[in-house]
Parts: sequence; C-alpha cells; structure tokens
Amino acid sequence: MQANYRDVAAGGVFIAIAGLFALGTLDLRIGTALRMGPGYFPLVLAGVLALIGAIILIKAIGRPSASFGEVSWRGSALILIAPIVFGLTVRWLGLAPSVALAVLIASFASRRSTVKLAVILTLTLTVFCVVVFQKMLGVPIPIFAGPLDSLNAVVAPVFALFGV
Amino acid sequence: MDIVTELFSNLSLGFGTAALPVNIGFCFLGVLLGTLIGVLPGIGPTATIAMLLPITFNFEPATSLIMLAGIYYGAQYGGSTTAILINLPGESSSAVTAIDGYQMARQGRAGPALATAALGSFFAGSVATILIALFAPPLTEIALKFGPAEYFSLMMLGLVASVALASGSVLKALGMVVIGLLLGLVGSDVNTGAQRFTMGFLELADGLNFVALAVGVFGIAEILRNLENESDREVMVKKVTNLWPSKEDFKAMIAPTLRGTALGSVLGILPGGGAVLSSFAAYTVEKRISKTPERFGKGAIEGVAAPESANNAGAQTSFIPMLTLGIPANPVMALMIGAMIIQGIQPGPNVATEKPELFWGLIASMWIGNLMLVLLNLPLIGLWVRLLTVPYTMLFPAIVAFCCIGVYSVNSNAFDLYAVAAFGLLGYVLVKLDCEPAPLLLGFVLGPMLEENLRRAMTISRGDPTVFVTRPLSATLLLIAVAVLVITFLPAVRAKRDEVFQEEA
Repeated sequence: MQANYRDVAAGGVFIAIAGLFALGTLDLRIGTALRMGPGYFPLVLAGVLALIGAIILIKAIGRPSASFGEVSWRGSALILIAPIVFGLTVRWLGLAPSVALAVLIASFASRRSTVKLAVILTLTLTVFCVVVFQKMLGVPIPIFAGPLDSLNAVVAPVFALFGV
Repeated sequence: MDIVTELFSNLSLGFGTAALPVNIGFCFLGVLLGTLIGVLPGIGPTATIAMLLPITFNFEPATSLIMLAGIYYGAQYGGSTTAILINLPGESSSAVTAIDGYQMARQGRAGPALATAALGSFFAGSVATILIALFAPPLTEIALKFGPAEYFSLMMLGLVASVALASGSVLKALGMVVIGLLLGLVGSDVNTGAQRFTMGFLELADGLNFVALAVGVFGIAEILRNLENESDREVMVKKVTNLWPSKEDFKAMIAPTLRGTALGSVLGILPGGGAVLSSFAAYTVEKRISKTPERFGKGAIEGVAAPESANNAGAQTSFIPMLTLGIPANPVMALMIGAMIIQGIQPGPNVATEKPELFWGLIASMWIGNLMLVLLNLPLIGLWVRLLTVPYTMLFPAIVAFCCIGVYSVNSNAFDLYAVAAFGLLGYVLVKLDCEPAPLLLGFVLGPMLEENLRRAMTISRGDPTVFVTRPLSATLLLIAVAVLVITFLPAVRAKRDEVFQEEA
C-alpha cells in the first residue's frame, strides 16, 4: 500500500501521545463543565490530539512516500547519553569530572572526531566551564565532590595564581 | 497628561534604568553573545536563552531581561552576516537574506550588503522601539479589563494564530500545540492538588522543567539534526572591503527598508509571527512590487534591505504582547515569560504599572542595544568572518556542556538532565516527522494559564459555556480565532501560504 510514511508516523505518534495522556486521566476525577476536575481539560485535549492524529494518518494514505532522511544513530545516541551521564555524576563527583565526561562522550558523536581532538576539547572546555560558571558566575556546584573532594585543595592554589 | 509628554517621561525613566553601568554592561554582553550565536552554526537564540536563563537568577530582574532580550535581537544581526558571506543563514529569520545577499557578495559587494543589513536593521529597531513605547500603554489599559473568559479567548486566538503562521502542515502544528498544552499540565493540579501524569516521580510534582524542555527540544534536538550530514563551511569572502554603500545603493534601499520595517512591525505582534515570517513576507512583497523582479536572486539590494529590516522590526515588536498581556508570540518570548516568573514577577498588564523601571528600561535598552550592534557588526566584521569557519565538530560538545550546566543550575536536580535527554529525543523524532517544535513550546507555557482561566470562567458563569460568546470582547476574540483557522484551511490561502515559505528554495 502506498502512503506517506512520514505523515503516517506523525499521526501515529500523536495518537500514541494522546493515548498515554488519556490513560493518565483514568485515576483522576473528571468532573463536570461547572466543576471541572483535574482530569477534565487533559481528557478533552487528548481527544482533540487523537482526532488530529487520525486525520493526518488518513490523509497520508495514498500519497507518495517521503523518505525519513539520514540519521546519525551513533552520534544521536552519544549526544543523548551525555546529559544523562552528567546528571548521574554531577552530585557524586562534582562539576569538573561530570563536565569532562559529558564533553568526552559528546565529542565522539561526530563522524570526524579523533581521539586527539576529543582530549583537547575535553580539557579546554572543562577548564573554561569551571572558570566561567563556577568561579565567575557563581553557579553553586563544587568543582570536585564526594570521593574526589581532596582535589579541591589541589586546584585552589592554581586558581589563586590566576586571581579567580 | 498628553500622550507626548507621557511618552517622554516614560522613555526618560527607561533610559535612566537602561543607562545604569551594570545594565549597559549586560546589554552589551547580550548583543555580543547574540551576534556570536548568530554567526556560529547550529545554535540559535532559543537554545542560548534557555541555557543562560538559570544563570540570570542572581541578577536584578531588569538586568536579566535586558541581557536575554539582547541575545534575541543580536542574533538577527549575526544571522545576516552568515547569510550574506557563506549563503547559510545563521538564523532561520535570515534565510531569505541569503538569496540576494550571497549573490551581492559573489559580485564583490559583500561590504555594501552587510552595511545595508546592519543599517536597515538599526533603522527598523529604532522605529520598533518607538512603536512599543507608543502601543504598550493603551494595550495594557485594555488588558486590565480582561476577565477569565477574555483571557481564555485571547490565548485561543494566540495559539490559533501561531498555528496559522507556522511553516509546514497546519494540522501538525495544531497537534504540536495540543501536545505542548498537555505537557504543560503535568504536575500538581492547582485547584485540587491532585498529581497529574507524574507517574509517581516526586520530581514532577512541580511540573516539567521549562528550561529542560526548551534546551532538549531546541538545543539537543538541533545537534542531532546537524549530525546527519556534517559539512565544512566555505568562506568565499576572506576580507571585506568597501563597507560603505554607494549613493545609488542608499537610494535603492530607502523604500524597501521602510516597507520592511512597516511589515515586520505588524507581523511581529502576531502570535507565531516574529522575525521569521516577517522576513519571508517582506521579501515576497518586494519581489512582487518591483519593476524589475528578474533582478531578485541575482544580487538585488532590495532583497537584503527589506527582509533584514523586517526581521529586526518583527523581533522587537513581538515584545508587545509579551509585555502587555503576558502572552508569548514566539518561543523566545515564552522564555522571557519564564524568566519573569523565575524572578517573581507575574507577567501581564500589571508589569507596566508595578515595575515601570523594568518595563521601560527593557524598551529603552533595545535602542541602546541596536546602536551597539551596528558598532559591533560593521567595524568588527573581520572578527566575525574569522568565526564563521569554526568547525561544528568543535562546537557541539561545548553546546552540550553549557546545556548540562544551565539546566542543572535551575534547581540542582539530576532528574532535569534525564528530562533533557528525553525531550531531545522527542524533539528530534518530531522534527524528523516534519513537526515544527515552536508551537509545542508556546502550548507548554500557555497550558496551565489556559486551563486556569477556562475553569475560572466556567465557575463564574455557573457552568454556562456561552459565557465565552456572550461577553462582547471574548466573543470578538474567539470570532477572530475561528476566522483565522477557517482562512488558513481555504485552498487559495493555503497555496499562498506555502508560496511565502518556499521563497528560499
């Protein structure tokens, strides 16, 4: 069957999201138009969204198909993992190690990245972020934390040397 | 007091605030950053403002808004530089500038093209600043008379207009608005305290983090899109000489600049309008009324002057609905509203009366910022040319790092970073399916307000839904919304709409 699969997928995603929100209203009180419960407005919206999704889906059938274009699977995965790793490590290890990890992971997302470039980027960006965000803008995240706490004493004189 | 004296006293109050050294400094920082991200590939004002939003918490409210605003209109200037010099728009609002601007550059007239863009933008920015000062107070007066029914209808109109003016499929844009509205409802229900869609996560009780959503959808998803095919940028013009336009150039650009400014100012006020639509529409108009339309696409100076003045005028007047009604016209304005809420200011008509120094200071700072931008962009053009070729491979790890730190510093919560990854993925999938993310963010900001006003209006009317059509102001707004929606679906209008957005092809 011929169809514009891009639109079919869009309609499908809309219907799926509508379904999830509709499921979520099951344990909420719907209420009446006069006394709307917490579930009233979302349920109406979910209905509208499902309707829009269905129309998009039906209109897509019979249309010439459109390609999804290229996707950089490895790159996308690495970029999405980077913030998660940052979130997992920032409280445990501190700002410097978590930024370094996030940058290192992200640098390998490009098809053109090399180990040398990744290492240079990691080092410069980590120093830059610590100086700008922690020292100059006063973001309240310790440079090192937890098991690496003792390293703060090591870097403090270096920062003092440059007056930050 | 007559209007002129009032305008002058307001503006002098504004310049008094904007000229404070700290505000001048952060205004400069804002426009500098704006130009920078306009020039650099793969990062736009929405993502930048979202990342920097949390860091402005410690600033005075006026200072923070002045800087964030500077990023937005500064990006319009930087975007035109890349459009002219390397045929790649740094910002989507400069996409049409690339058509004739790049041709001018190829003919060795990069200098005049850049000067035309900067001077046109400055003129448009100055006019738009005065327009905001003139129109904001009366609109505020009207807005103060609004009840819940009027607010509900006004927001409906805003959402519908943002759908009508978005590029691409109307149905998909509508769907994106609804998804945004639904996402905005996640968290505790204000009226009953019931937990909605939190799936048991305590972190979601206060709702989804607005910064995480914006950073994910506009920052991370954009990186994923750029990774699809990486290519180097080639700069043909290594050195820009002869910046100043000739006498003939000046003559040729006056009328298009005036028309572009007028068109941009009007379109900027409309929800979903702002800079992008303004520039496309201005280019189309110039081509249509030109006696020599065949010159367009081959280096016509009108094709640079009109869209560049229009996008700057539109960027600026889109502040009007945000400042007077508390309703965002585009994603950047949604972020500005977020910035106000974080600073403890209730956006809406009360801002002008309760915080006049913030209100007028922001307006005055725009003129100062525009002046700085002309100085930044013309004499320093050599510096920006060098930055044009920074390879993307080196840029996006920095964007990722800034996104992480920015989001985490909102409320020191690791959960928000997982949300960034989730929204990055969702945003990318939706972009892949031709769904524009801008209406989603507007819906997200308006969702809770829309529900709140709907419930309040229904309670006041004792469950009578006709309240929205029996109150004249509300009925008018809804009528306009329905009309806009119907018109958008008319076949003739749809064809025209597609045409406007396809100029770049």
